[in-house]
Amino acid sequence: MKRPDKLKETILSFLPSILAIVVGLLFGFVILLISNPGQALGGFSTIITGAFRDMRSIGRVMYFATPIVLTGLSVGFAFKTGLFNIGTPGQFIVGAFGAVLIGIKFPQLGSVHWIVALLVSIVFGALWALLPGILKAFANVHEVISSIMMNYIGMYLVNYLVQYNIYDRLRNQSMPVAKSAIIPRMGLDKIFPKSNVNAGFFVAILAVIVIYIILNKTTFGYELKAVGFNRHASKYAGINERRSIVLSMVIAGALAGLGGGLLHLAGTGKYIEVVDVLAAEGFTGIPVALLGMSNPIGILFSGLFIGFLTVGGDYLQLYDYVPEVIDIIVASIIYFSAFALIIRDVIQRRRLRLGGEKEQ
Amino acid sequence: MSTVFFVMRQALTYSIPLLIVALGGMFSERSGVVNIALEGIMVFGAFTSILFINSVQDTMSGQLLLLLALLIAGLSGILISLLHAYASINMKANQVISGTAINMLTPAVAIYVARMLQNVQQINFNNTFRIPKVSVLGDIPGLGDVLFKDAYITTYLGILILIVSTIVLYRTRFGLRLRACGEHPHAADSVGINVYKIRYAGVMISGFLAGIGGLIFVIPTSTNFNATVAGYGFLALAVLIFGQWKPMRILYASLFFGLMKTIASTYSSIPFLLNLGIPSNFFKMVPFVATLIVLAFTSKKSQGPKAAGIPYDKSLR
Repeated sequence: MKRPDKLKETILSFLPSILAIVVGLLFGFVILLISNPGQALGGFSTIITGAFRDMRSIGRVMYFATPIVLTGLSVGFAFKTGLFNIGTPGQFIVGAFGAVLIGIKFPQLGSVHWIVALLVSIVFGALWALLPGILKAFANVHEVISSIMMNYIGMYLVNYLVQYNIYDRLRNQSMPVAKSAIIPRMGLDKIFPKSNVNAGFFVAILAVIVIYIILNKTTFGYELKAVGFNRHASKYAGINERRSIVLSMVIAGALAGLGGGLLHLAGTGKYIEVVDVLAAEGFTGIPVALLGMSNPIGILFSGLFIGFLTVGGDYLQLYDYVPEVIDIIVASIIYFSAFALIIRDVIQRRRLRLGGEKEQ
Repeated sequence: MSTVFFVMRQALTYSIPLLIVALGGMFSERSGVVNIALEGIMVFGAFTSILFINSVQDTMSGQLLLLLALLIAGLSGILISLLHAYASINMKANQVISGTAINMLTPAVAIYVARMLQNVQQINFNNTFRIPKVSVLGDIPGLGDVLFKDAYITTYLGILILIVSTIVLYRTRFGLRLRACGEHPHAADSVGINVYKIRYAGVMISGFLAGIGGLIFVIPTSTNFNATVAGYGFLALAVLIFGQWKPMRILYASLFFGLMKTIASTYSSIPFLLNLGIPSNFFKMVPFVATLIVLAFTSKKSQGPKAAGIPYDKSLR
């Protein structure tokens, strides 16, 4: 009797996200209608079905999802521990730089080359989140402001370091990494021919599992969550709350950094471009985390969902639409998901009332 | 000496939008609504007004066009801020999430509309707004060089907004009510103040100011709008915190950041800085590094409006 109840609770807790998705998609449809009524129906159905047209498209969904699941985990993990990590673009690109640097400079590592490069991306991402963590814990600096500043500092620093160390002057980007640093395909290219999906997707799933276990099954995770819930009460209960805040930020940064490594070692022609633009995959982590209700498993699915919309949106150009409509849809989904609290309230009240009637 | 005047003029150009947007943020946060959407509102205000300039500039130019564009920027800022107000006040939403959504939404809308209309996302405009020299005032040595040469009317507008904001916040009934709603909304409600209305007003003022701030940022620094204000809305948030949610301190904070930004973007025309031989990327970091350092040393005692970020729930009274 207990089990189905729990399942029902889980489904209910995702109901606001699902409602937000439906309303956001409808909003996107309205935009398509306004901007070009004749093509709207075709365009809209492409967004919904484009990702399923062949195995290659499904592979592309998984490829797009891989880095944003990691940045989503980063934001979600921080949310669970009471922090808003808006610093994912910086951590992402600094991690990417670490991975690419190792990928170019140490080809002698052989078969473990890509693994070492990924580990370095984790360390670099973690380091980039260390300062906001310390500032939050010891100097009362709000992590949103400090990590936004770290985003820009990271972007300019990586631009400089790329130009200084691993620069492809002709293309204004980083040099290609060694073959041994490219994440193996592990047969995924057979199942999803011509798509770029690789073993990085398995790494993302592994990260989801690890974060799930840390958050839900360990004392350490419990302490981090407790500090997020009430810093002062946790301190009173004997938790080293400053250490917890710093560690939460560092773990979040490590996840985002790994996302950067996974994308730039995919061997798919993705390089670090020397431009003054923050990494989009970092910011996408925010909607992924919000839509997944900061639950690691929810984040995996919402990452796949955003990937699914992105692939569908690519095909939109066949209908004379600009793919940015996908960004509008995602933004409106996030806007509506902010209403989660009130939607849950309404559902709860309805259930209470229904429950009351049954008893009579 | 001319270099000094040049730097001061530039610093003023960068400070004024920061000042206006941070003052906007002040009205929202002191009413009790955290407004992280400043960046997105700036983008939207700049987008609509520059689209307007782009479409009428063949028949119109100069200060009248600028004033009309400012009005459009402000009104569209209000429009977008209503989204944030509705979510944060009526729907009791998480204000950071709603703000983030708006920050994502407006650049996407700007790019989408621009590309649907004209295939490229940059919207060009002719800058016919610069005043080479104000007569008489421009001849004052020193002050005239900084304030009244190569000037924009937006500079004077910014100063006017500062004065009006200070008076409104501290010398009017509305200002008192606004501050009360940000500190203790339940107490304000108990003496008959409509917390929802005041908060709507606060958010809408911030929308208006952030909207015109977007336009004011783009006009002197570029000849096209590319769906971004380069993190300026976020810098304005830092200015707001560094300025401790108080108008005069916000002025000093924005002058400080304006100077940092000037170093970052004009170091190549300042011989002393150019001769240091530091790579350009490090100069670009200056405003952000300076923000971090300043916040690290000033945040310990930092105290924002007590009720900012907490949705007002009448039933909890």
